[in-house]
Amino acid sequence: MVEMIKITKKFPGVIANDGVSIAVKAGELHALLGENGAGKSTLMSVLTGLYRPDAGEIKIDGKRVELLSPRDAVRRGIGMVHQHFKLVQPFTAAENIMLGIHGLKQLYSVKKIETEILDCSQKYGLAIEPHAKIWQLSVGEQQRVEIVKMLFRGAEILILDEPTAVLTPQESIELYKTLRSMANDGKAVIVISHKMNEVMENTDSITVLRDGKNVGTVQTGLTSETELAKMMVGRDIIRKIEKEKSLEGPQVLEIQNISAMGDRGHLTLKEVSLNIKSGEILGIAGVAGNGQKDLAEVIAGLRQVESGQVFVGELDCTGTTCQKLIDAGVSYIPEDRMTTGLVPNLNAFENMILKSYRKMQGFFINWAKIRTITNELIERFDIKVSSPSYPIKMMSGGNLQKLLLAREIESNPNLIVAVYPMRGLDIGATESIRKLLLEQRNSGKAILLISEELEELFELSDRIAVLHGGEIMGIVNPANTTIEALGMMMAGKRMMECNA
Amino acid sequence: MRNIFKNWYFEKTNETSKVALFGVPIISLLLGLVFAGIFFWLTDKNPFTIYFLMFQGAFGSAYGLSETVVKAIPLLLTGLAVSLAFRMKLWNIGAEGQFYMGAFAATGIALAFPNWPAYLLLPAMLIAGFIAGGIWGLIPAIPRAYFKVNETISTLLLNYVAILWVDFLVFGPWRDPQGFNFPYTKTFSPSATLPTLGHTRIHMGLFVGLAIAVIFYFVLKYTKWGYEIRVCGESPKAADYAGMSFVRNILLVMFISGGIAGIAGMTEVSGITQRLQQGISPGYGFTAIIVAWLGRLNPWTIIVVAFLLGGLLVGGFSIQTSGFPAATVSMLQGAILFFVLGGEILGQYRLKKR
Repeated sequence: MVEMIKITKKFPGVIANDGVSIAVKAGELHALLGENGAGKSTLMSVLTGLYRPDAGEIKIDGKRVELLSPRDAVRRGIGMVHQHFKLVQPFTAAENIMLGIHGLKQLYSVKKIETEILDCSQKYGLAIEPHAKIWQLSVGEQQRVEIVKMLFRGAEILILDEPTAVLTPQESIELYKTLRSMANDGKAVIVISHKMNEVMENTDSITVLRDGKNVGTVQTGLTSETELAKMMVGRDIIRKIEKEKSLEGPQVLEIQNISAMGDRGHLTLKEVSLNIKSGEILGIAGVAGNGQKDLAEVIAGLRQVESGQVFVGELDCTGTTCQKLIDAGVSYIPEDRMTTGLVPNLNAFENMILKSYRKMQGFFINWAKIRTITNELIERFDIKVSSPSYPIKMMSGGNLQKLLLAREIESNPNLIVAVYPMRGLDIGATESIRKLLLEQRNSGKAILLISEELEELFELSDRIAVLHGGEIMGIVNPANTTIEALGMMMAGKRMMECNA
Repeated sequence: MRNIFKNWYFEKTNETSKVALFGVPIISLLLGLVFAGIFFWLTDKNPFTIYFLMFQGAFGSAYGLSETVVKAIPLLLTGLAVSLAFRMKLWNIGAEGQFYMGAFAATGIALAFPNWPAYLLLPAMLIAGFIAGGIWGLIPAIPRAYFKVNETISTLLLNYVAILWVDFLVFGPWRDPQGFNFPYTKTFSPSATLPTLGHTRIHMGLFVGLAIAVIFYFVLKYTKWGYEIRVCGESPKAADYAGMSFVRNILLVMFISGGIAGIAGMTEVSGITQRLQQGISPGYGFTAIIVAWLGRLNPWTIIVVAFLLGGLLVGGFSIQTSGFPAATVSMLQGAILFFVLGGEILGQYRLKKR
C-alpha cells in the first residue's frame, strides 16, 4: 500500500536517513523500531510531507507521489498522531476534529458533524465525547481524539509516534486492540516505538533502524527480543544491572502530608508522605500527569505547598527558596533538561556553573579554572562534544543529560531528584545514566527517581511509590511485586485492593 | 509561478558561516539604501548624488566627522542602555524618557549649585542623571517584576510623561527670565559644562560612553552578576532552577539601563546645549533600539554602529539643503533596520533546490 524507496535525508552534519526503504501493506500493523536518533521520526516526517527527501521516492498503491506539504500527505490519506498532541486546548473534541478539513461550508451543522464523528469513532471502539473541551480530557482520551481526527480526514495510512509513552499498561492494551481493528479494516498502521515487548506482542512486522540505515525488516512471529535488541544497538546489551544490597543510612528526605496546587490551579498533590534514606533509590511510578512533576518541584523548592512539611535531613525546608535547597544538598534533574536544567544558547563551561557560580569567591568568575574542571568532567563522564565552547544546543540528548548529571554529581549532593532522566535517550546513553545513578546510590546518596518505564523502576529502585491523581496508592518493594500489580495501582487501585 | 515554489524551498540551518555573519548585514544595508533610493529616484532626485552628499557631509570633513561623533555619543550611551535590558529580554523602549529625566535631574543640580567647582558639580550632575534615569526605568520594572505587566508598553508611555514634564519645566517654572520667552532654562555656569576636545563640540561624554561599553563587556563576561543576567535572558526557567532571583535582576537591570540613558541626557545638556530646552533629543532613545539591534547587543559593535548612525543623522542634515525634509533620515533608518532585521532572520535559512 505504501512504499518508501531508498529515502535519504541529510541535515547539516548528519545523515538522518541513508537509503532507507520500507513497505507496509494494507491490513498490516508495522512497527518502526530504533534508538533515539536512529532516524525514525525523520523518516515519518518525510512520509507526512514535513520534510522532503534528498533522494528516494514514495509510492502509494504502486504510484509514485510527491509529498510537498503536510496537506498533500493528508490528501493522499496519510495521517499521523504525534507524540506531543497537536490539539487546541480550549476547543472541544469535535472542533478539533473539524479543524483543517477542506470543503467545509461556511455554514455547517455542528450536529451533523458530531454524529459523523461519533459514527467514525464507534466503528473502531474509540470512546470520545465530542462536546468535551480538550483540556478536560485525560491523555488517553486526547489521544483518541487525535486518532479520530486522522480517521475523519480519511486517513488510510496511520502513523503513531510512541503512542503508549503516556498510557497505563491497561490503556496500551486497549489502544492496540483499536489499531488491530483498523488494520483489519484494510488500513496500514505504522507504530514508532522503542518498547520491544509491546512491539513483539502486537505487531505483524518490524523494521529496525540504526544510525539512519535500515537494519532489516522482520516478521514479528519469527524473531525474538534478543535479536531485535541486537539489531537496534548492533551489539549484545546487558539488560541486568548488578545491584548491590542497599546500605541504608540515615534519613535524608522526609515529606509529611504535602498538598500542592498544579499549574492549572487545582490540587495535584494530596496529602503525600514519603521518606528516603541515604543509599536508597525510591522510584515513583505513575502515568504522566499524576503529580510526579509537582512532587519533584516541591522538593526542589520551585513549587509552594498548600499544607504539609518537607525535611531535608534535620532541616525544615517547607516553603524555603530554591537557593536554600541547593545549599542543603538537594540536586534536581528536571524533566526538560533543555530549558530548565541547562541553557541551550550558553556553552558547556557556562552551563557547568549554573548552580555553583554563587559559591565562587568575590565578584568575578574565574573562567580558566572552570574550563579545567569542565574538561575534566567531560572526560570523566565520557561526554561527546565537538567543542565545549560551542552553545550546548548542538549536543545530542544523551550527552546533554550526561553533562547535566556530571554537574549535579560534581556538586556532591545528599539527595538527587531525577525526573524522567532516561526519557528520550538511546540505549547506550540510558545504560550510562542508570549506572551513574546506581553509583551515586552505592556511594550513599538518596535518590528520588521518577520514571514512566516500569522495567527501569523495577531494576533500579529499592522501593517504588505509585502516584495516581496526586495521591500515593502504595509503596512497594519491587522484589515481591509484579508489573501487573503496579499497573493496577497506576490506574488508581490502592495497594490493599490489589492484594485482595 | 507554482513551479518555482515547487522546486525551491527554505531550509533552516544551525550553522552560520563566517561569510553569512558579515555578508548578511552588509548586503541588507545595501538593500536598505537601494530601497530608500527608489523613493529618492521617484521624487526626481538622483539617489547617488544624495548618498554622496550625505557621506561627504558626515565623513568628508573634519567638521563633519566631529559632528558625527557628537551625535554618536548619545546614541552610544542610549544604545548600551537598551542593550543591557535587551540582554535580559526586557524590552526597554523607554530610553527616550530616561534620557529626558537624566537631563532634567542634571539640570536641577546645575541650576541649584552653579558655583560649585567643576570637579564636584559634574560628578554630582552625572550621578543625579543616572539616578533619575534609573528611577524612570525602575517604575515600569516594578509591575513587570511582580505582576508580569508588559514593560514594552509602560516604558513607551513613560517617554511621553518625561518629555512633557521637561516641557512643563522649560515653559514654566524653569524658563529663563532673560530668554525672550523661548522654552529653555538659564545657561549653565562654566563649571557645569563638560570640557570639549579642542575647538570641536565633542565633549567628555564620549569617554563616559566608551568607558561604559568596556564595563558592559567585562561585567557580562566576567562577573557573577553578568552571568546571572545572561542566564535570566536566555532561559527564565533555568534561572529559577538555579535559584537566581528574577525579580531582583529585573529591577536592577532596568534601573541601570535607565540610568545609562539618564547619563546620556546629562552629557547632552552639559556638553552640547548647556541648558535644558524643549526637544533636547531628536529621538536618540528610539534610535538607540536600532543601534542595539544592528550592534547585536554587543558593546564593541554598538560603538561602530553608533558612529555610523551618527553619520547618518549628520548626513541627513546636510541633504536638507537639497530640499529634503528631515524625516528623510528617519525613513532611511527605518528602511535599513527593516532590511537588516529581515536579513538576520533569513540568514538562518538557506535556499535549497529539490
